[in-house]
Amino acid sequence: MITPVVKGASSVIAHTPGLVRHGSKPTRETAKNDHLLDEILANLRNYEEAVAYPPNQVFIGNMRPDDLNEYARPWTNVKLTDAERFGPSGEIVPEDEFYGWLKIADEFQLVYLEKTFLLELKEKLTNHPIIQPEDFERLGEGKDIEVIEKALAQGKAEPLHVNGNKLVGYVQTGHDEDPFLTAEIILENLCNKASGIIAMRHVLYSFDVTAEDVDYVFGCDEEAVGDRYQRGGGNIAKSIAEHAACVNATGSDIKAFCCAPAHSVNIAAGLIQAGIYEEIVIIGGGSLAKLGMKFAGNLKHDMPIVEDQMGAIAMIIGKDDGKSPVIRTDSIGKHDISAGSSAQAIYKSLIIKPLERFGRGILDIDKYAVELHNPDVTEPNGNGNVPRTNYRTIAAMAVLRGEMEKAEMNHFENKHGMAGFSPTQGHIASAIPFLGHAREMIMNGDINNAMFVGKGSLFLGKMTNLSDGMSFLIEKNEGVNEP
Amino acid sequence: MDQVVQGELKKAAEAHGQENVVVLLGSPDADSADIYAETVTIGDPTYAGPLAGVALNLPVHHILEDMVKEEVPQEIYDEQVGVAELSLEKEAICSAMEEARVKFV
Repeated sequence: MITPVVKGASSVIAHTPGLVRHGSKPTRETAKNDHLLDEILANLRNYEEAVAYPPNQVFIGNMRPDDLNEYARPWTNVKLTDAERFGPSGEIVPEDEFYGWLKIADEFQLVYLEKTFLLELKEKLTNHPIIQPEDFERLGEGKDIEVIEKALAQGKAEPLHVNGNKLVGYVQTGHDEDPFLTAEIILENLCNKASGIIAMRHVLYSFDVTAEDVDYVFGCDEEAVGDRYQRGGGNIAKSIAEHAACVNATGSDIKAFCCAPAHSVNIAAGLIQAGIYEEIVIIGGGSLAKLGMKFAGNLKHDMPIVEDQMGAIAMIIGKDDGKSPVIRTDSIGKHDISAGSSAQAIYKSLIIKPLERFGRGILDIDKYAVELHNPDVTEPNGNGNVPRTNYRTIAAMAVLRGEMEKAEMNHFENKHGMAGFSPTQGHIASAIPFLGHAREMIMNGDINNAMFVGKGSLFLGKMTNLSDGMSFLIEKNEGVNEP
Repeated sequence: MDQVVQGELKKAAEAHGQENVVVLLGSPDADSADIYAETVTIGDPTYAGPLAGVALNLPVHHILEDMVKEEVPQEIYDEQVGVAELSLEKEAICSAMEEARVKFV
């Protein structure tokens, strides 16, 4: 039997303050209040601030999640002096470059950038490690600002801004009569695709699997790509893989709200174990709609708007290489339809049952990755500290099972968990941002194993009242199956 | 409190009368309990949802408060809320609720 392993994981942030106005919540609120856009623009971070922000350095892998414990909250008050744009397998992309990636991702001539802006952009991208010569051809020559202004004045187009309010381009509608190919939706889906391309290229650039080796790609995001006859038809995975030179791959999208990454890892592990494919990439692009989702909380507390960025992730699940951490396919946890929706019912399904299957307890897992939402976003908005609530629930389960004294509950988060460091982008925050850290920490001998617990709010789509959950466990590769 | 929940509460209060609706919170900490209690009494403090500027003045309690716990059969409470009772800051949440009921009238 082939053992599936985690061969690499990349995390990328696209810092796009210019796109915050296109987020779902800001779009709705600015339509009601004429002064709100100015207030939002006045409270956005610049690129240097986003790079120097500790949770972002954790997200791209330059710091460990536990390093955040050294800094007082809110972390928006902390400016790291030695922060780097690039991490070991990812980066923080500035907004001007991200618009370049939007154009590179655009197959239907729907994105237009201003001439001078584009010229400077091409210069800036010249030495980027994952840019390809053909990307420059795709960037084209650009348009005069007058042409851009005219297109926007005619409607059916969405503006692209840098540095707050400087117009540098637009995205136009994909169809005059289709409500699912409007400029807003094209922009949303292209943001997902472009950030996904960056993450996928980074993961293939940074680890031992080449683009040609990849057999299959899963998309695990929450965007609906399609038209009036098949809203959400897909297939973002294949469209991203095309731009990452995965010429021998096809793919499909796994949809399960925030839980999709955990579903995808488990399905990919099964396909590898069965010998059907040898190398699979799982890709999750960023969510435009969630930009500025909780901006009101930040503004109320005189903080900059932290949801000015999209996260994107890429993971390689492949056949055993004798060194990468293994995925225990006998440890998969799933939230069954009959399980019930109380916290303890969910955690019983996702943690207790899979651990009991091979005789382990809660404390036998070195690190749990849960919903890793950054509390700088959620707490000011009255949504609490999401990972902390999760860790306290797991700790309470350990107390109820007699594995731990109640007095030790407060230490559980530090010992077996971590602070939330992820952009609050649903599927992106759902346990997966720890995968790259866990892989390195296991290979370095810092920890022996880590469990990833993803949950999803299926009820938001109005089709079921059920929630969802999936979990999986990775652990040290003993090297017995060396290739 | 998200807009959908605010909208549903507003509809329930209109359909059944404010005197016939009680709000039971399950929010995970004292701060969120405070904001939610404010929202359903004097209105949405973030001015973002249907309850912005709308004072429903609904009676509001938290599932962790003993007066609520006493109304639920112990077996069911333990099964559904037991872990939350152990894991959340029950004392802080309960005092936030008591203060909120005085503050937001």
